[in-house]
Amino acid sequence: MNEHIVKSYEEELALLDKKIAQMGGLAEQLLGQSLSALERRDPKLAEEVVVADKAIDNLEREIEEQVISMIARRQPMANDLRHIMGALRITTDLERIGDLAKNIAKRALAIADESHPKPLMSGIRHMVELALHQLKEVLDAYAERDADKALAVWRHDAEIDAMYNSLFRELLTYMMEDPRNIGISTHLLFGAKNIERVGDHTTNIAETVHFLVRGFNIADDRPKDDQTSSTLIS
Amino acid sequence: MLKMPNLEVHQPDAVKHDTKVSAQDVNVYYGEKHALQNVSVNIPDRSVMAFIGPSGCGKSTFLRCINRMNDTIPIAKVTGKIIIDNQDIYDPSLDVVQLRARVGMVFQKPNPFPKSIYENVAYGPRIHGLSHSKADLDEIVGASLEKAGLWKEVKDRLNDPGTGLSGGQQQRLCIARAIAVNPEVILMDEPCSALDPIATAKIEELIDELRQNYCIIIVTHSMQQAARVSQRTAFFHLGTLVEEGNTTDIFTNPKDQRTQDYITGRFG
Repeated sequence: MNEHIVKSYEEELALLDKKIAQMGGLAEQLLGQSLSALERRDPKLAEEVVVADKAIDNLEREIEEQVISMIARRQPMANDLRHIMGALRITTDLERIGDLAKNIAKRALAIADESHPKPLMSGIRHMVELALHQLKEVLDAYAERDADKALAVWRHDAEIDAMYNSLFRELLTYMMEDPRNIGISTHLLFGAKNIERVGDHTTNIAETVHFLVRGFNIADDRPKDDQTSSTLIS
Repeated sequence: MLKMPNLEVHQPDAVKHDTKVSAQDVNVYYGEKHALQNVSVNIPDRSVMAFIGPSGCGKSTFLRCINRMNDTIPIAKVTGKIIIDNQDIYDPSLDVVQLRARVGMVFQKPNPFPKSIYENVAYGPRIHGLSHSKADLDEIVGASLEKAGLWKEVKDRLNDPGTGLSGGQQQRLCIARAIAVNPEVILMDEPCSALDPIATAKIEELIDELRQNYCIIIVTHSMQQAARVSQRTAFFHLGTLVEEGNTTDIFTNPKDQRTQDYITGRFG
């Protein structure tokens, strides 16, 4: 790709990518830490996540302001326009991922004193690991402008959905065994739902990256596998 | 019951118009210089097509082929075909004066005749014999000025010199002059480059109205202007037509790397 004649334009685009990378890194970190806080029942770490989410919010605002200013001053065209609009969309998804991680951390605080059921915790751990892997892949896809990689992430989300489905069933069973489990199970259920949502935002980013690189949207329907909205165990 | 608002969006690209001007393998030579190479393109009726490209890319040269303005340059030689409504305009039996009435032109710098506003518009219809009486002519002049969005501003001073108007008004006067002879195609060679943003906006609004009835071809250096006013865009570079397509596609997702580089400011 040739460089812009106006150097400051080039610099602004690079800055945009740098901020997205920074934000993505923070989102990954927060999600990982929220899991650790949950697993280790570490209220201090959970508090840290809640505070660190502010940094993501600030970055979102910075990127938004920069995008608005670039549109006003540069009237971006073609791939530049897709780049700038893509950054704006990705920043919104990353901000939501930060919020979801923060919510998990808050739940970790709420259930810090309860005993955690081992098999369920390992289910959540697997979900987070997969979500983190997906997030990392999609951020790489953005940095490398790799539409195929983005497409792979997009296709892979069904796996998180499947894990969520089975966790959902397990948690329902666990609640039915003993009503005293309902409190912690509900928190874990919301936690799992949050991770499933992280997966959805990650696929949004994958779609954006695909559009950014190729200039058209992914054509087929995404393989969706979250069946919990229609599941009832009686 | 909640009433849904009407969400229908105006899509200028949705309507396909018939081809008005068809260029086939057009080449232009200025002496030894091969200024335009094998340009083939179909230009639809009742729509605006924009020609963009860096200086010297051949877009104005091509524009000037469409009403044979290049005939006025002794060393210029044009080969290939340009068909307007099934008629080859380079056919030797064709009357060039008639052609230039059918294919009007508006230039970069407003160039009204040093005559009254009225005479500027009346000149064309008079020499082409389009009016049979003073009343006829008055009506043509009034209607043309009205279509060019200038009537309200000049109706009380039609006998004032055209050169006394502001730049934007002069340009609209030139557009009124062009449409007074009932053209089918209007060529515009950077019609706004000498105008301020307000006058530019008025011309752009005018172009948008005129495209209901005319085939308009505009050469512009302003990418934003091309994006705003045209339905189709053609990108020229080094004497070739690189890419032509829906304006929306050209400015969001061009196919050719050279188009992309040019419109995003990577070379020029």
